[in-house]
Amino acid sequence: MCLAIPGQIQRIEDGDLRTGTVSFAGVTKEVCLALVPEASVGDYVIVHVGFAISQVNEQAAKESLSMIAQLSLDPTNESPRP
Amino acid sequence: MKYVDEFRDPKAVHALSKEIHRITRHPWTIMEVCGGQTHSIVRYGLDRLLPTAITLIHGPGCPVCVTPIELIDAACQLASLPDVIFCSFGDMLRVPGSRDDLLHVKAQGGDIRIIYSPLDAVEIAHTYPQRHIICFAVGFETTAPAQAMAVLQARRLHLSNFSLLVAHVLVPPAMEAILSSSENRVQGFLAAGHVCTVMGYDMYELICHRFQVPIVVTGFEPVDILEGVQLVVTQLEEGRYEVENQYSRSVQQSGNLEARKVVDEVFEPTSRNWRGIGEISRSGLQLRQSFAEFDALRIFEDRIQLSRSSNALESECQSGRILQGLMKPSACSAFGIRCTPEHPLGAPMVSSEGACAAYYRYRHHEVARG
Ligand code: SF4
Repeated sequence: MCLAIPGQIQRIEDGDLRTGTVSFAGVTKEVCLALVPEASVGDYVIVHVGFAISQVNEQAAKESLSMIAQLSLDPTNESPRP
Repeated sequence: MKYVDEFRDPKAVHALSKEIHRITRHPWTIMEVCGGQTHSIVRYGLDRLLPTAITLIHGPGCPVCVTPIELIDAACQLASLPDVIFCSFGDMLRVPGSRDDLLHVKAQGGDIRIIYSPLDAVEIAHTYPQRHIICFAVGFETTAPAQAMAVLQARRLHLSNFSLLVAHVLVPPAMEAILSSSENRVQGFLAAGHVCTVMGYDMYELICHRFQVPIVVTGFEPVDILEGVQLVVTQLEEGRYEVENQYSRSVQQSGNLEARKVVDEVFEPTSRNWRGIGEISRSGLQLRQSFAEFDALRIFEDRIQLSRSSNALESECQSGRILQGLMKPSACSAFGIRCTPEHPLGAPMVSSEGACAAYYRYRHHEVARG
């Protein structure tokens, strides 16, 4: 019910309600983009019940991932046995 | 899928698990608020990657589960009216009311349509001007902007045959209710990332300081959840309590201002009865007076009978204790025997984000793995 997933904007239509086509790993859907007025084609947005509710902050995502990558490179942090 | 796969990377998951083991010195009890997080935790077995000193308890974060029986009863009556098309998200159809569920009403001829977006309901209203279209507005802060946008769109299109049955609930008042309970065991929270995507997290500062609990805004993928746990445990071990944002790729401090604006234009806070938990003040949304013509309960007040709010039903169901994190689903005597997703006794067995359904799906046949 609260599921919201990231997809990439492929096309924007500025009618009386801003909508667009968003691709989720190849599957496309019509989505309302009125709540993300700054997002443009190529940007990633988080979509919930047909509405983009945020634009993915790519910089923040990169920083999170590189922090965690450092954690796994740390020699005192060897992988636990499965 | 980009921004999903990287956050499921097993290497990162193991590194975080290891880090949590390294920093944990004391036993801690942490609640994840959102049912989507519960689903991920049980699905990926994340709780089993944590030190035994850490207990994750599953919060009330499933709007399907907490919708009160009297609103399900109202939904069933509205959906039975011959001039009504009743639109709902699919997971509401099996939620038991006091006598019926929507699926049963549909089988008996009620015109019930499963929608993906509230805008679909507006579209249906546009297509069938001679019928009245009711959209069952269920959800947390995450979903409220979509319902508000549907109302605004209906007004823009001058539709007089569209309304909402509003069951919206708000998360922070529920967190306060849990922390205020004399039985409370929660020492830290993973706050719901998508609720905060819309609302931001300023309001958690008050809760965090009043109850002295760490609150970390957390996403839904395995890496997100473990990083959220790591941040909460770090605070707990250091004796700090702060609001932190793990889910920064989606959540900004003040949320989505555009979304907050439309919610505020259309809705206002009201008291709401949470199924299994009871009434919590200012924990729900209702339509503002200026949008009263979109209120299904008002439009049809002469044609349906509202049942009194009641939590006395479902005698065997322990959903109230489950939703407050006082009990695990598998401890319920009905779990998997008299209560299954096909024949749910209580709402947490209905929605895939309900704690009982998540346990049933991922833990029921897993006894051997321990
Ligand atoms: S297993 Fe079923 S009866 Fe037991 S608490 Fe969960 S929903 Fe209620």
